[in-house]
Amino acid sequence: MTDADIRKAFLGELTQIAPDIDADSVGPDDHLQDDLEIDSMDFLNLVTALHQRLGVDIPESDYPKIATLALAVEYLKARIG
Amino acid sequence: MGAFTMPSLGADMEAGTLIEWMIKPGDIVKRGDVVAVVETQKGAIEIECFEEGTVERLDAELGATLPVGATLATLRAQGEEATAFVETPAAPTPRTTRPEENAIPLTPAQPLEAAPAPPSRASEPISVAPRPGDTPPSSPAARIFAAERGIELSALRGSGPGGAVLLADVEAATPAPSQVASTKAAAKPGLDMAAMRIAIANAMARSKREIPHYYLTQTIDLQPATDWLTATNAKRTPGARLLMGALFVKATALAAAMISEMNGNYDAEGFHPVNAVHAGVAIALRGGGLIAPALHDAETLPLDDVMAKMRDLVARARTGRLRSSEMTDGTITISAMGDAGADAMAAVIYPPQVAIVGFGAPVRRPWIVGNTITPRTTVIVTLSADHRVSDGRRGAKFLAAIEAALQTPEAL
Repeated sequence: MTDADIRKAFLGELTQIAPDIDADSVGPDDHLQDDLEIDSMDFLNLVTALHQRLGVDIPESDYPKIATLALAVEYLKARIG
Repeated sequence: MGAFTMPSLGADMEAGTLIEWMIKPGDIVKRGDVVAVVETQKGAIEIECFEEGTVERLDAELGATLPVGATLATLRAQGEEATAFVETPAAPTPRTTRPEENAIPLTPAQPLEAAPAPPSRASEPISVAPRPGDTPPSSPAARIFAAERGIELSALRGSGPGGAVLLADVEAATPAPSQVASTKAAAKPGLDMAAMRIAIANAMARSKREIPHYYLTQTIDLQPATDWLTATNAKRTPGARLLMGALFVKATALAAAMISEMNGNYDAEGFHPVNAVHAGVAIALRGGGLIAPALHDAETLPLDDVMAKMRDLVARARTGRLRSSEMTDGTITISAMGDAGADAMAAVIYPPQVAIVGFGAPVRRPWIVGNTITPRTTVIVTLSADHRVSDGRRGAKFLAAIEAALQTPEAL
């Protein structure tokens, strides 16, 4: 998967969980919880959706590694291999 | 013959707009069936039927905004003749807003001749039509909304009982709303944030007016629960993981089942304890606003079921529809800050309930174990309870029960 594919998958699932978020307006360094007001339930649903879509099971200890779009793309790329 | 009426979906609701019928004449309905969808200040709610029978006719039209108690449909009981005419008794629906609940005393108790008329009362239609020039009767929400926007109530035609001006009438007369400053986290589509804010204001003002709150705060060692949760979730795939919020809800539900003065409803006759714990789970809506649908029988459910139901409630609060029973059945409310936020939260009780429990954000604090100070994850739990029903001694027992439950998370 290319960076663009991962980015699209991540934003697709994010906007599914929070439909009011405009995917185009999400900056690479926007913090999901602090800037986009994703709460713990939303975050868990995002991790669940990424698991189903990409087959990547993100452990709780790695949650900080997907805290922004830029971080998440790097992390998921490495995990997908 | 029975009337299926516009239900009150909470202390803050006075009217709703019928937006969808799920039934048609001739259909057989039973208790709990979703029969209609009503748009409220807190979004679209699926309305469940309270009784059984055959749908005789639909009385309300789609798009109509109707006060609580207005007839939506007529049901025929089993065996009843289709054509039989039976005087429909004006049976008050359970939880119908009491007249005094609507009466925010914005006006003096003895209104002067020129003073605005008293607010509309769903159960007591005002029969005198307003004369031109008079200030028409109006609902509290309508008055506040109109005042905020500088709209003259006397210029409006009311659609409520006796021509009372309702919130929807004022909204309809409001010039195209200037777009509320948009943030990245905007409102759920279709949700009117101004109306939601008014609904919350009305319910909370009523709570503070009627309920003599008292508050108790306790700092609880959350390390056992945190460790157990971390270990449990490490073995689970994301779809099966738990959140600390589910532990809070279950622990509070168990405590509420033990301390009956915290669990139930308070109405004109006084306090009615409820055996089952229908835990209102406070959910912050994106873009602002709050809703606390009930998680039924929380004290009996395994923790995994509590979590699954919380996921479902949050998902439907965000993007779908909550059900009328979820809006009205709550017996106590739990509100949690989440992972990040303030240390403690003294919340306002949601009438007609008598207690609400606020969990601050879990934080590592110095904690004394034996004779040593060690860092432990702790949480500050604040009980807001109703002094008409209980006092600090019972409240302290309740908090102690929550603390005890959280010390053995594997038993939750």
